[in-house]
Amino acid sequence: MTVNGTKGLLLEEPLIFERSSPGRAGVEPASFDVPEADVEGIIPKDMLRDKIDGFPEVSEIDIARHYTRLSQWNFGVDSGFYPLGSCTMKYNPKINEEAARFAGFSMLHPYEPEELTQGALQLMHELEGYLAEISGMDAVTLQPSAGAHGELCGLLMISAYFKDRGRPRTKIIIPDTAHGTNPASSHLAGFKVVPVKSEGKGVLSLEAIKEVMDEEVAALMLTNPNTLGLFERNIKEISDFVHKKGGFVYCDGANLNALMGIIKLGELGVDVIQFNLHKTFSTPHGGGGPGSGPVGVKKALEPYLPVPRIKKVRAKYSLVFNRPKSIGRLKAFYGNFGIMVRAYSFIRRMGAEGLKKASETAILNANYIKERLRGTFHLPYDEPCMHECVFSDKYQLGSGISTMDIAKRLIDYGFHPPTVYFPLVVHGAIMIEPTETESLETLDKFIEAMKAIAEEAKTSPQLLKDAPTKTKVQRVDETRAAREPVLRWRKG
Amino acid sequence: MEFPKDLKYTKEHEWVKVDGSIATVGITDYAQDSLGDVVYVELPPEGGSVTKNEPFGVVESVKAVSDLYSPISGSVAEVNDAIIDSPEVINEDPYGDAWMIRVEINSPHDLSDLLSADEYQKYIEEEK
Repeated sequence: MTVNGTKGLLLEEPLIFERSSPGRAGVEPASFDVPEADVEGIIPKDMLRDKIDGFPEVSEIDIARHYTRLSQWNFGVDSGFYPLGSCTMKYNPKINEEAARFAGFSMLHPYEPEELTQGALQLMHELEGYLAEISGMDAVTLQPSAGAHGELCGLLMISAYFKDRGRPRTKIIIPDTAHGTNPASSHLAGFKVVPVKSEGKGVLSLEAIKEVMDEEVAALMLTNPNTLGLFERNIKEISDFVHKKGGFVYCDGANLNALMGIIKLGELGVDVIQFNLHKTFSTPHGGGGPGSGPVGVKKALEPYLPVPRIKKVRAKYSLVFNRPKSIGRLKAFYGNFGIMVRAYSFIRRMGAEGLKKASETAILNANYIKERLRGTFHLPYDEPCMHECVFSDKYQLGSGISTMDIAKRLIDYGFHPPTVYFPLVVHGAIMIEPTETESLETLDKFIEAMKAIAEEAKTSPQLLKDAPTKTKVQRVDETRAAREPVLRWRKG
Repeated sequence: MEFPKDLKYTKEHEWVKVDGSIATVGITDYAQDSLGDVVYVELPPEGGSVTKNEPFGVVESVKAVSDLYSPISGSVAEVNDAIIDSPEVINEDPYGDAWMIRVEINSPHDLSDLLSADEYQKYIEEEK
């Protein structure tokens, strides 16, 4: 039996509000050395906040224990394998954190004059260059603060390009294997979405594009590799056709982790791409964030990039604001700078060969899992995959077991579940992305667990229905949580 | 799984019941089963218009968010507000209490390419 998850001592912890004791505090501020003023006499009453009812009052140790205990209930990539498909949950090297904490970076004020921020500007300028080199683009902005923000930035530039020529275009073509954010970003940028189906083998065909491509289409927005983990092998022919009709090709760069050093999307006809630094370039996800979604463009779109741009003249860096065609500013100051430092640190440490090796290993790991689980789980698109592979629950449905039960049972084995029920084109999808981070031993343990779960589905399905049993919080009622959400703590 | 014979179906898993110039639209038993527990539904306003094969609303389950595609073009005569407050009805009674909109049909021609119960059932067998 290959159970990796086990029980451990976890301490109960109430909500921070329930830990409160009136008058208790973490710090004692020094007494005033200036006369105390009457606040209500200086600031208009309607601008003063009322007393917050139930505001937690705790000591320093209370708060340290509170968050430490909560963190122990959690599972992160530092605790175990986290094969969340489409999310690229690779390990975040600690050296990135050290670099981001250098005082010259972390203590920098965004209004400091250029003469005093040359190091930071140099780092940003070089990072732009590295991202352009990796993707085959002509220019990069680091400003957008997440992947979807980058998508919006790219689409706004495309929109501005056509308006600038007095021939605005209204539509964006999006395949059914796209990320959900693609249609959302297109709507936000004012476009109408034209969906297009991938062909039988899970990739786009030129014929399908020919059917919907016309002179109202501003861009085709695809993801390569797509969300089935398959390489869009017709991309060059498709791009050529879209260009012939005067449209742009936007590639969602969320899956760039499969391509570094192997191909340059720019050479395959891609005109715009966003980089998810928190995926491919090993910066933290989610709560560890913030995110960062730089955007690369070809020459034709360069005038529309957000301001400020970073200019290098001889050895001196400066910020350029005077760019009349720019779509403007997308983010306060220059983007999430601390995240740029982490991505820069990753790229410099890996080097060109290292980045290529990372992509190759990510692809190898995904194909290894795919081949070893073949026969145990159904493969809806049985093609050589890139950095992620997609199974379904088809073989297990007969025992009344569905994807959700398999995912929940994996937790008991000590693994974070893969992405489930996405992509939507697969019924009961189980989408596994191991990344280059994981060793053969970890992959083997995960595969053994998946096989053990498939066996349990036949012999003792109740084990799966009850899972997870080893976690602090067991199977939650997701339906009720969605139908009757409690989003705010209330006193009493 | 049920597929009432008196209804027409779409490949996007909506059903249509035609009564004179009024078409009642909802999602099929297969659709609700594939979606799982429905937690949210968004429908167009009364008096608004819908276009054949274009989205008219959104249905969200714990698994996924899906567009609702209109099987016909026309104006929205009535909206079932009750399912907005109780989306679980979509799982419990997809062909009855969980009807979504009633549409004043523009052209009866729109109905010609809809599937019969048998054709729809065959289609979803192939989809699986």
